[in-house]
Amino acid sequence: MTDKTDTTPIIEVEKLTTHYGDRLILDELDLSVNRGEVMVIMGASGSGKSTLLRTLLGLNKPSSGRVSIMGTEVTSVSQKELYRLRRNIGVAFQGGALFGNLSLIENVQLPLKEHTNLDENTIRIMSRMKLDMMNLSGFDELMPSELSGGMVKRAALARAIVMDPELMFFDEPSAGLDPVVAAELDEYILELKKSLDMTIVIVTHELQSALRIADRITVLDKGKMVITGTVDEVKQSDNLHVQNLLNRRPSRQQLSPEEYLEMLTRVQAARPHRGHIDG
Amino acid sequence: MVNLISRLGAQVIEQCEHLGHLTVFLLRVVSKLFVFPFRYRAVLQQLHFIGAKSTFVIVLASITIGLALGLNLYVEFSRLGVQDRLGSAVALSLIRELGPVFTALMVMGRAGSAMCAEVGIMRSDEQLDALECMAIDPYKFLMVPKFWATLVSVPLLVAIADVVGIFGGYLAGVVIFDVPSGAYWLGVYGSIEWFHLNMGFVKSLVFALIIVWIATGKGFLLHLDKQGNYGAEGVSRVTTQAVVMGSVLILFANFLVSAILVA
Repeated sequence: MTDKTDTTPIIEVEKLTTHYGDRLILDELDLSVNRGEVMVIMGASGSGKSTLLRTLLGLNKPSSGRVSIMGTEVTSVSQKELYRLRRNIGVAFQGGALFGNLSLIENVQLPLKEHTNLDENTIRIMSRMKLDMMNLSGFDELMPSELSGGMVKRAALARAIVMDPELMFFDEPSAGLDPVVAAELDEYILELKKSLDMTIVIVTHELQSALRIADRITVLDKGKMVITGTVDEVKQSDNLHVQNLLNRRPSRQQLSPEEYLEMLTRVQAARPHRGHIDG
Repeated sequence: MVNLISRLGAQVIEQCEHLGHLTVFLLRVVSKLFVFPFRYRAVLQQLHFIGAKSTFVIVLASITIGLALGLNLYVEFSRLGVQDRLGSAVALSLIRELGPVFTALMVMGRAGSAMCAEVGIMRSDEQLDALECMAIDPYKFLMVPKFWATLVSVPLLVAIADVVGIFGGYLAGVVIFDVPSGAYWLGVYGSIEWFHLNMGFVKSLVFALIIVWIATGKGFLLHLDKQGNYGAEGVSRVTTQAVVMGSVLILFANFLVSAILVA
């Protein structure tokens, strides 16, 4: 669709701020992802990385700032345009999000059936190709509840790439998998980048897989970007948060006695607002 | 005191907000009810689940209601010597009130709870988000077939319940007791007018809308529920809420429709 020498970033995020109720989640975040690279977004739990992913996908509405993906303003565009953009994007959710009432192959076929006019046979062949790529041939008729954790992740991946998207998002690809299966999944991701020439954005807190597959890494902490750069640049950073993350050191805030007292006596804040009707 | 008032206020605001979300949900689905393409296969599947699979329970429930109705009315009517009117009393009370209400409550309990849990699980498993990300409209893809199927199947189930219930009254009055068969059927034929059937039909449509709206809406809005968390516990909580809220709304709407149509 676009030629390879195109150097404009595929994702541009400017001064992105989001709230849940009164709680600040992302704080004036800037980010850009170039075509064809693997960008890993890292951060501890609660650093806002899942919110960032949902905002990039247009599932959450930000308080302010802009998100542009392939030239489309995600935050202000109409539903129709957003759906057009999403056909070029694949998403692999943390839990797989396979539809429980559809078999494995029906899950993979669903986007093709909804968005193309291809005949039944072509659709079956195309989805079998993707299942085979993910080493899932022969399991066509199994239901999602009959699959193992690793198979669910691979099936979700097969479904996400069945429309041959230019851009892939992964939410915690290796969460809940044993190290061997997690390493396999990393290989699949690298394979995708090489053979299908995709841009890949991965949200994770798994250090090893991040260092292995990333071209660039962005580290988030409390909704702010700590650092963004190549793997080596991040490794050499002397930022405390980055070093904590790299060396798996526990980080606890040091509070002054006054702050500690204030924290203990603070009245319980209102429950967070979970967002809008659309997400 | 001030604390109490502020808590009350927060509750009211929360409930209003929730009602608003449910209304927006309903309007969005309704606006897509007639949008092409029509998913007739999904509608058929839902018709099978909501309609066909409910038939047995509905038949069972309505025959017992007819029996009980016939039994109780016979005892009173025979004291007054008007047992010949049993047919008309059973038929009218079933067609106007009991048939639609009981059918709706049964469907809410059986299919409504299942729909709510299904949609709720899809929400908590991110399946609804996955649909969105595949550029598939969850309203059109999931909700519209459920709405059509419920709107079609509830009036049909009510019709079945009415007929079976009248037959139950026949069993009680004619077979068990001594009401003449001819008098029973004459009472049924003689008293039912189009107005009564229309009233039952309007009620069944209103109830169907309440069932499918509350059941799917509660599940769909699971992520906005502020009372607790998301997963299995959240699904069970919203399912209970949906059945209770739907049932109460059905009873309330029953009174309202009766009042409007009779007045």
